[in-house]
Amino acid sequence: MWSLLKIELFKVFKRPRTYIAFIAVWAIVSLIQLAIYVDGPKYMDFVLKDIKDNFDVIGNPLNGYFVCFVILQTLLIHVPLLVALVSADMIAGEANMGTLRLLISKPVSRTKLLVSKFLASAIYAVILLIWIAILGLFLSMIIFGTDGLINAKSYEIIILNGNDIFWRYLCAFGFAALALVTVSSLGFFFSIFAENSLGPIVATMSVIIVFTILTTLDIPLFQSVKDYFFTSHMIGWKGFFEMKVDADGMAIPGTIRNLPAVLRSAGILLLHVFIFTGSAIFIFNRKDVLS
Amino acid sequence: MESVIKVSRLTKTFRELTAVNDLSFSVQKGDVYGFLGQNGAGKSTTIRMLLTLIQPSSGSIEVFGYDLKTHRKEILRNTGAVIERPDLYKYLTAYETLQLFAKMSAVKLNKQQFMDQLELVGLAHRAESKVRTFSQGMKQRLGIAVALVHNPELIILDEPTNGLDPQGIADMRNLILMLREKMKKTVLVSSHLLSEVEQIANRMIIIDKGKKLVEGTVTELFHPDDTVVYIETSDQVLCEQVIRNSSYAAKLMSVDVNGIELKLKKEEVPALTKWLVQQNISILGVHARHSLEDYFLKITTANQHVEPFKN
Repeated sequence: MWSLLKIELFKVFKRPRTYIAFIAVWAIVSLIQLAIYVDGPKYMDFVLKDIKDNFDVIGNPLNGYFVCFVILQTLLIHVPLLVALVSADMIAGEANMGTLRLLISKPVSRTKLLVSKFLASAIYAVILLIWIAILGLFLSMIIFGTDGLINAKSYEIIILNGNDIFWRYLCAFGFAALALVTVSSLGFFFSIFAENSLGPIVATMSVIIVFTILTTLDIPLFQSVKDYFFTSHMIGWKGFFEMKVDADGMAIPGTIRNLPAVLRSAGILLLHVFIFTGSAIFIFNRKDVLS
Repeated sequence: MESVIKVSRLTKTFRELTAVNDLSFSVQKGDVYGFLGQNGAGKSTTIRMLLTLIQPSSGSIEVFGYDLKTHRKEILRNTGAVIERPDLYKYLTAYETLQLFAKMSAVKLNKQQFMDQLELVGLAHRAESKVRTFSQGMKQRLGIAVALVHNPELIILDEPTNGLDPQGIADMRNLILMLREKMKKTVLVSSHLLSEVEQIANRMIIIDKGKKLVEGTVTELFHPDDTVVYIETSDQVLCEQVIRNSSYAAKLMSVDVNGIELKLKKEEVPALTKWLVQQNISILGVHARHSLEDYFLKITTANQHVEPFKN
């Protein structure tokens, strides 16, 4: 299995297409960082305009942690497309190239072949996220420095101390990795039905877009089912940036307000990974390879 | 003789279409076995079933004496194949391609051994070139190297000369003969060209609409008594009259506006032409072909009902 996984990773990282996502992430992150570096104070004034009327904001709110938060909120909507570029190509791309029949005729079980292919696409998604972390978090920390993080919501303002943030980012990136692996497994599932990667890529993005729209619509019909959509749980990483409050209404540093909800979201995503990948393996094992 | 492949009553249906219909045949150790049929006859479907790409609807396949269903891995470990087009990863070099497929077959080779494999198919000088820069013939030869990299006993080649130029076809023919004679491999090679199979195979089968029409050794099927001679003359009427009044009358098969067809032994052809000249008939052309070619021609001509071949 390890040998097969190495082969699949070798193929993934030998292809020029793989690096499109890394270049795209670099371009987007650099543009956001440049914009904040140039126009950051104006942007902060806009974000904090209601707060500044009633509170004195001390320290440096425009720091690397804040920049990373902005980057994550922006990027995690688009990164699934970049992940689908590779995962949806894993089987369909081989069928399109005509190499799938050669792989199947080798003395390797179809299940092992598919598991190694899925793991390769999942590893790719995680490496892409590490790249986002390097550029979005570590580079932003170097450029903008570190301080507390102001997480302004429509109904509350959460202020996290500078020494209470880094571990939250590690957890958030871990959760985001799981969300991207879920997208990856969906793309992989669609990939077994096609002989061209375009169809599975479009199908994956269509599912994400439709489910995201249904999730955001406050229509009673969808309220009851949206909890089952994996897209509802993909933004669960934000839960790591909320704190518990004590009886006096004071925030307790080092805590997560609703850890069970975050873990539940992670569990639902994991369940989707197993369903999508398991179904792909089950169907592919019974499929005639005609490409 | 030891059977390497034994196919029994194999059938594959795709909804209403029966691609392979109750097909049985066997390939013996050391054979170059020609698998012949027109496009769509069911050759590729059968080969895909032999390589587990397609699951049979019914029937059984035994390879090396083992059931393919239950011993898939063991069988494929000792089988190499090029299926239809030699599609490989365009972004890899020839050397990387061999390395990758050797690893998939759990075979460890050193650099020299990989280079020897490439040398065998005449690609050692292009070891570091990307596959995307290869011609069709080079890709085909690299495909053969991939099929051989784990030193299998059985090689399955599906239409290996498709898309090749005459030189490429000759190279491929020599390569297949070398596999049999020097490397003692058993080769199953499919083709829709009888002449091609005739030159390389020692045994062959012809299938049509998924059914076996004829199977046997090439020597049996290409019996020298079964030569069909087509004679073009300047005066067809006179020629026909002369032949009908001679001992050749029994061998006359057909007459058309362009020529006369006779079935006779190959060695009788010079005597016939000499005799026709003596009868003052100007011969424009003499074309000899085997009756199996006629038979195959009928099969490959669409919508013709063809009875099983009788030698």
